[in-house]
Amino acid sequence: MSTNLDAAGAAIPLRRRRVSRRSFARFTAPYLLIAPAILVIAAILAYPLYYLVRLSFQQYGLFQLIAHKGSWIGLHNYGVLLHDPVFWHTLVRTILFTAVNVALTMVLGLAVALLLVRVHKVVRLMITSALVLAWAMPVVVAVQLWYWMTNYENGVVNYVLTKLHVGDFTQHDWYASPVSALGVTTALIVWGAIPFVAITIYAALSQVPRDLVEAASVDGAGPINVFRDVTYPVLKPILLVLASLSIIWDFAVFTQPFLLLQSRPNPDYYLMSIYLFEKSIGLHEYGLGSAIAIVMVLIMLVLSLFYVRQMVRLGEVK
Amino acid sequence: MKLNRIGWNALGVLVFAVIGFPVFWMVATAFKPGPDIISDKPTWIPLHPTLVHFHDAIHTPYFWTDAKNSLVVVTVVVALSMVLALLAALALAKFRFSGRKSFIVLMITIQMLPPTALIIPLYVVLARYHQTGKLTGLIVTYMTFVLPFSIWTLRGFIIGIPRDLEEAAMVDGNTRAGAFFKILLPLVAPGLVATSVFAFIQAWNEFIFAYILLTDAQKQTLTVWLSGFYGTARGTDWGGLMAASTLTAIPVIVFFIFVQRRIAFGLTQGAVK
Repeated sequence: MSTNLDAAGAAIPLRRRRVSRRSFARFTAPYLLIAPAILVIAAILAYPLYYLVRLSFQQYGLFQLIAHKGSWIGLHNYGVLLHDPVFWHTLVRTILFTAVNVALTMVLGLAVALLLVRVHKVVRLMITSALVLAWAMPVVVAVQLWYWMTNYENGVVNYVLTKLHVGDFTQHDWYASPVSALGVTTALIVWGAIPFVAITIYAALSQVPRDLVEAASVDGAGPINVFRDVTYPVLKPILLVLASLSIIWDFAVFTQPFLLLQSRPNPDYYLMSIYLFEKSIGLHEYGLGSAIAIVMVLIMLVLSLFYVRQMVRLGEVK
Repeated sequence: MKLNRIGWNALGVLVFAVIGFPVFWMVATAFKPGPDIISDKPTWIPLHPTLVHFHDAIHTPYFWTDAKNSLVVVTVVVALSMVLALLAALALAKFRFSGRKSFIVLMITIQMLPPTALIIPLYVVLARYHQTGKLTGLIVTYMTFVLPFSIWTLRGFIIGIPRDLEEAAMVDGNTRAGAFFKILLPLVAPGLVATSVFAFIQAWNEFIFAYILLTDAQKQTLTVWLSGFYGTARGTDWGGLMAASTLTAIPVIVFFIFVQRRIAFGLTQGAVK
């Protein structure tokens, strides 16, 4: 599809070569417009990425950082990485963590969007306002806020859970075990992610043809069937985009677990980006850190391949 | 049927309460007197509001310096990005040229790169030019995510402008450049404002790059300052922390409410049309 477009784009100036000046300007204009951005991107993104690959084959510690020169050690960093049990444990933990976070975000986001359609105007305005406020919270602020709500001495979460007779949560330390600590991290991330998902799905819901829903209901289809046969097919492309984005974001999430769990620099709490940080910046092993980063980027490339394809397909129509 | 509706609305109010509570709790804590904050039984509404925590927060060392640093970095990043992004977005939206599609794919893919991966080579390269610990170095790293985002979003806004308007202007004897300044620019302006504000928010909220690059307490951004806010020696000063959090969030919330509708539109425009 695109080759046709590009071929057509290039063909026009060729055909009008006799008209010369104007078509020449038309041919060069886009390149002139885009050149500054490309130069900057090459300098600040392409070069560092190339450097990342190079570093991953080097011994590059604090000494090399000061000398500005690493020594070539081939695949040694990758060997160290693949023989590190912490790497494998962290990878599995991160995959599980991502799966739980994405599933909760998508299910709850969709539920809130469907609820928005069914409630009274005033309630809808209330929910949307809360969504926008939660969405607007800077991540660092959100972390401090959740840390305050879940602290063991006088956190409001412990008080409410005890009052609701969920159990005795007096002085309960949420950060004492990895599962519980990552659970709080999940709650924080999902709370921050629901607004974007819910509001986007809610906007997409307006494209579901109303008469089709009514016709299906008249024909005796229950709400579940209406959703499956009418609503879901319309939402599917946007749901796929949202799920892909969530997978990519949650797999590489750093700030929330880093700040929330920073009092516990224990490998049992590691997620991939924390592991990467501790090895590279924390231990000044930039070569090994780069190898971890390359592995992470490769995994994410596979994960985002689908998203990019979907975006290109949707974006190319026009 | 009627019962059903009451049920949905009740559930709606519950959802509102659960999602909105953390933000309410932050602001409520910020205004509560100290004893109310640390008591075993929470005070739900600050009946005796006080500004003492806000006073403490802004008098904590480096608040103003770091707020100024954030403002400087973010302003420069947004200004530079908007100029470069507008030109590139125009090329992508208004011209067909070879390499166009690859560039679009590149813009989408770049945004997927984890910042923790990018920071290592950026750190090593910046160290070589002695730019770690400096705001200029931070500005460069912020461009890595603000620029691709801005190009992508602006392209969506420009695509949304009807081509006929511009063509009509050209038929009327304007050059392409003339048509751009008279017709296209005023129409792109709202999108440009929305993109700038959203880029501002992203850069303002950024934490990792600033945390790793700026190690000097006098030269940090507000998010790094907030992440290291502990308060008194006896323990965390929760009131001060929540007041500081509120202060950090206020500019973002104001901006966010202002552009939220428009940006949701801008982000989906390029994708759906």
